[in-house]
Amino acid sequence: MQSLILSTTIRLLMPLLLMFSVFLLLRGHNEPGGGFVGGLVAAAAFALYSLAHGAEAGRKMLRIEPRLLVAAGLMTALVSGMLPFITGQPFLTALWSKLPMPIIGHAGSPLLFDAGVYLVVSGMSLLIIFSLMEE
Amino acid sequence: MLIAIVISGFLAALAAPALYHFLPRWAGRICPLLPLSLFACLLTVVGQVSAGTPLIFSLPWIPSLGISFSLYLDGLGLLFALLVTGIGFLVFLYTPAYMSNDVRLGRLTGWLFAFMAAMLGTTLAGNLITMFVFWELTGICSYMLIGFDHEQEEARRAALQALLVTGIGGLALLAGFILLGNISGTMELAELLGRGDIVRAHPLYLPALMLVLAGAFTKSAQFPFHFWLPSAMAAPTPVSAYLHSATMVKLGIYLLARFSPVLGDTEAWVYLVVMTGGITMLTGGVTALLHNDLKQILAWSTVSALGTLTLLLGLGTPAATTAAMVFLLVHALYKSSLFLAAGAVDHGTGTRDITRLGDLARVMPWVAAGAGLAALSMAGLPPLAGFIAKELLYEANLQSPLAPLAVTVVSVFSNSLAVAAAILAAYTPFFSKNSVHDLHPHHVEIGLWLPVLLPALLGLLIGLFPGQVGTWLVTPAVTVIRAGGSPVQLALWHGFNPVLLLSMATLGTGLVIAALRGPLLRKLSVAGNIRMGGAERLYGIFFSRLQGFASWLTLTIQGGRLRNYLMIVVGVTVCLVGFTFLTGSGELPASLPRPDGGIHEWLTAGVILAGAVMAMVTRSRLAAVAAIGTVGYGVALIYILFGAPDLAMTQFCIETLSIILFVLVLHRLPQFTLLSNRATRARDLVVALSIGGLMTLLVLMTVSQPLSSHISTWFLEQSFPAGHGRNVVNVILVDFRALDTLGEITVLAVAALGVYGLLKKRHKEEG
Repeated sequence: MQSLILSTTIRLLMPLLLMFSVFLLLRGHNEPGGGFVGGLVAAAAFALYSLAHGAEAGRKMLRIEPRLLVAAGLMTALVSGMLPFITGQPFLTALWSKLPMPIIGHAGSPLLFDAGVYLVVSGMSLLIIFSLMEE
Repeated sequence: MLIAIVISGFLAALAAPALYHFLPRWAGRICPLLPLSLFACLLTVVGQVSAGTPLIFSLPWIPSLGISFSLYLDGLGLLFALLVTGIGFLVFLYTPAYMSNDVRLGRLTGWLFAFMAAMLGTTLAGNLITMFVFWELTGICSYMLIGFDHEQEEARRAALQALLVTGIGGLALLAGFILLGNISGTMELAELLGRGDIVRAHPLYLPALMLVLAGAFTKSAQFPFHFWLPSAMAAPTPVSAYLHSATMVKLGIYLLARFSPVLGDTEAWVYLVVMTGGITMLTGGVTALLHNDLKQILAWSTVSALGTLTLLLGLGTPAATTAAMVFLLVHALYKSSLFLAAGAVDHGTGTRDITRLGDLARVMPWVAAGAGLAALSMAGLPPLAGFIAKELLYEANLQSPLAPLAVTVVSVFSNSLAVAAAILAAYTPFFSKNSVHDLHPHHVEIGLWLPVLLPALLGLLIGLFPGQVGTWLVTPAVTVIRAGGSPVQLALWHGFNPVLLLSMATLGTGLVIAALRGPLLRKLSVAGNIRMGGAERLYGIFFSRLQGFASWLTLTIQGGRLRNYLMIVVGVTVCLVGFTFLTGSGELPASLPRPDGGIHEWLTAGVILAGAVMAMVTRSRLAAVAAIGTVGYGVALIYILFGAPDLAMTQFCIETLSIILFVLVLHRLPQFTLLSNRATRARDLVVALSIGGLMTLLVLMTVSQPLSSHISTWFLEQSFPAGHGRNVVNVILVDFRALDTLGEITVLAVAALGVYGLLKKRHKEEG
């Protein structure tokens, strides 16, 4: 079903939603937000796009298999946890840079970990949504 | 140096496939260099170790539990490590010739390297947990190697059987090790060895003994766990020669030898170990002669030899221990030679059936020479090493603390069976005048005959110069096992004594058995059709019953009906929590707290309630979906009202996505009709009311009690200084409790794969 209103709106909304999702991820450490909700928003953006234009178009827009997103996310989280090994600290010890940065405050390995959560959550939601759409 | 010896094999395991891919011509010549150099490396420390100074290496691993990654090389470990690397060298030399340019050669070599490293790790381990880890690694490598021809069902079945039998034993061993650690207060081998008296006097001695023995007996294929070893012959022959005759199956023997200073010398030890060893010795010896397949004959005679070793270590006298160590070395040499010869025969003729083989000495003279020497050693003829081993064995038997007469008779009989097996394994295929006109045997290359000849010659060399081997290798090992007793000096000739008479009797009986075997088997017509022994049948029945029970249980609890799942989950929760509730110390508040919410809170609660009621009574599916969505949004509103914006945001997103999902599947669902009758609805009502009521009671109880808030204040205080974030929820998620989150996203990923698999499978079935 093609709906002009939906497809026009989503064209405008999609970049906003995606930017918002990344914003949520980055600011999550100090303000409400975080990788989980960010991932859900990103998935919602693609899901809405696919509703308007079909799953095929949604996949094309995403460019990467959702399965790979899930795998990449898990790897990212795991790697962020293993970074402290370099300095001989236990698994998942948080590492922080000394320099403050805009929006996120400090950069550190927890942010990378949160990015992993973001990827897993969005990949998982899209995996299910695309599979259901193509049923 | 110790750590390098263990690690190098694992690195080589990773490199081997690449080596075979990029340098196929050279890889076969490079690979044997590693075991050879490790062997040489170990030889350099023989002097130091035989003088009684063990090599020690230690790294802290889990210090709080007393677990360290420590390696410990003493006389016993050295003997085993030399065997592992020495036989390993032969096997790595032999494998490329045997597999002749098979594309899977790199993978096979890799697994063999991994196995060698795991073996070295087990025999050099200086900590119980380190030893257990390497012990299990050998089992996993064995699984992969037995199942190497994974396209054959037989190989897969045999691999799984070996893994399960030795794996169950491994679990018992872990329990035994932990008990030993608790009893003695140390996990370090070096300290444990001195605390044998404490262990033996402890009330938990017997359980610990039984558990460790279970590990040893399963690994070393002792009765009644022996059946996995002959099945494991499904592996390629070099693997059988290496793992299943010369090294891995000897780990159980290693374990017995290693722990006899701690666990040995009690009545329970002697009875259990001697009886098991004796039964295994006889079972293996008799069954070997019932087979016509060369590998099966050798496998069952290996079972018999392992029984002999167990029996000797059970006796525990200095003579028996010396005999065990000598026999261990001798058996590894002649059995690996015979196994590799069987592989060469298979390679050259395409069969291993001894009724079809004969006169191969003309075609493969060097293989025949090696196999012949090895068989003479197996039969125990002077001047080969096997003769010394057998003399020592009989001497130990005659001095046995437990029924010397019975032990001696059983030993003589099973050694006669071994003589007959040696004749079958070497005389029949190579020197008998059987006609082989239907086979076209071809010559075999040097890679196939050199590894057969080398260990056989070594056996001759040891037989000629037993004194040196005794001083350098056997005596240090025996002193580790029996700190008090003086080891027996090795010599080829002991003079005319009862032992020599027994040897001659053995030989005579063996020749008679070999001569009678053919006619007897024809009469009984059992040769070739012995498939399932009693223990193996029990194993089969046990596992098929277990699978039947598991599928029954799964179908009962998880039959695929969502309402049943819900009822089970709710029922169990209500019962367990309700029970705690009734018996626990918690109290309901005397008076209900006065609701102090404003009008907006009451309104939100009203919306949630209305949504729930609506979902229940509506006749339209779309309306039901919308109503449930209303409930979700209402709950999110509550979160906002009580100051949890993170939760609310996530809840909103989840609700939105759920509705999108519903929309996607809505038009595919069947018509929304009333399918349940009055009784089922009444049942559902009871289920819903019970969980609802329980949750209400729980909430009331929780809010009525002052919360001890150490944790939440700690998080609030530490969030910014330690976690560099002001959003406490997120700091907990990604920093303080990041391991939990890692677990959760892993679960998410697995669930996503599950959904994906189910939907794709359905798609395929329909399409």
